Amino acid sequence: MKYAYYPGCSLEATAKEYNQSAKLVARHLGVELWEIPDWSCCGATAAHNNNHLLSLALPARNLAIAEAEGLDVAVPCAACFNRLRAAEAAVRESESMQATISEIIGRDYRATNKTRAFLDVMVNGVGLEKIKEQVVKPLAGLKLAAYYGCLLVRPPKLTAFDDPEDPMTMDRLIDALGGEAVSWSYKTECCGGSLATARGDIGVRMIYQVLRHARDAGAEGVVTACPLCFLNLDMREAQAAAAHGDQLQLPIFYFTELMGLALGYAPKDLGLTTHFVNPLPLLEAKEILRHPATRRETA
Amino acid sequence: MELAGSLRRNQTLKNQVEAESGVVLSDCYQCGKCSAGCPVAPWMDYTPRQVIRLLQLGLGEVALKSHTPWLCASCQACYTRCPREVNLPRLMEAVRQEARRRGMINEKKVDIFEQAFLGTLERYGRAHEMGLMVQYNLQSGQPFKDALLAPPLLLKGKISPFPMKIKDIAGIKNIFARVRARGGGRS
Repeated sequence: MKYAYYPGCSLEATAKEYNQSAKLVARHLGVELWEIPDWSCCGATAAHNNNHLLSLALPARNLAIAEAEGLDVAVPCAACFNRLRAAEAAVRESESMQATISEIIGRDYRATNKTRAFLDVMVNGVGLEKIKEQVVKPLAGLKLAAYYGCLLVRPPKLTAFDDPEDPMTMDRLIDALGGEAVSWSYKTECCGGSLATARGDIGVRMIYQVLRHARDAGAEGVVTACPLCFLNLDMREAQAAAAHGDQLQLPIFYFTELMGLALGYAPKDLGLTTHFVNPLPLLEAKEILRHPATRRETA
Repeated sequence: MELAGSLRRNQTLKNQVEAESGVVLSDCYQCGKCSAGCPVAPWMDYTPRQVIRLLQLGLGEVALKSHTPWLCASCQACYTRCPREVNLPRLMEAVRQEARRRGMINEKKVDIFEQAFLGTLERYGRAHEMGLMVQYNLQSGQPFKDALLAPPLLLKGKISPFPMKIKDIAGIKNIFARVRARGGGRS
């Protein structure tokens, strides 16, 4: 199984844990990732808010490079995934758009390849059975809220791999890793995205609502598949809680970090040591880091 | 006479917004599902449903003054739930782009952030988070915003003072130039 890999800008910076853990679990599970050489930014929200053509051309440049290699594209970042899918759909649906985009990017692009979310590649490509077989440290007793946010599952016409209101892909993955996915109502609510920066007054309220509902549903941690969700929830958790006279100690995880843990990798190899909300006390309390198998090794 | 002129201008605006967004405004039957589920609605001056109604009624100039299109987080909840499949996020984009062309930047900080983002992208081919934040803070007149977060981010190796520039920067500049030549792009 080989994919072109589009990390996106965040995974080189604030979301480096996601990059690190995604590459590690892909290698472990036999998924070969060919990083798109000299990839460029997808344009994100700034591009589509300001110019429709620009918002299609920027992702298309990357898709065209992968297409020339005959590869589908695996994308960890939910926001990049959404923009790449939008470009792919626009070019596939209209001949004139195909010509326009190819001319703008200076490359022939026909959208013969597909963009897939990294979560989709893992759960539906590799498959839960195969992942389960590889689990050596089950996430036993760990109650987690699977947080999908917006762009991984909406609009369903574009994202097309799970239900937009009650997605279950990540919940099923948590269960396969031995953890417990809690049922909660905010799994697809928006974290506010870049409003946390430009309108912090609004952003902290949206962030707090997500975190509060996760805690109230009994979750001990929140699992994400998006660098922007992760950054907002992890980096601004203390600020959001304080703004509401509350206290929160909810570690935030990328689903790939939890996969890596269950597959037996050490926290530092997965980036679990660079979070704002330190997840290690929780993992230690649950004895996930000291599973009997590991204790035998060290004894 | 003044009323007739205003209605004509609004009709032109309506046509323009429809053409740019691909949305047919008369598709909306005002059920309000979009606004019931909008996570940003509490902070909007007009709900998404009301923005459509303003455009339907030929009061587009009021919609152009609204903060709503600037606060829309593009979370796609409205579009996903709309029984008429009205692509509201695209409509919001079209309205704010027209407002911007007329110099009506109703959420200055949102605009400063996005223009700074596109600026680093055009210069380097990738977003540079630290440069973006510094530029945003200076231009928005809040030099110390999130200042406490910068040292831990640096220590954790999550931001870098140095941008990563891609090799094919000419290719990126060409994309921006060709989009501009087609009458769009960053102004």
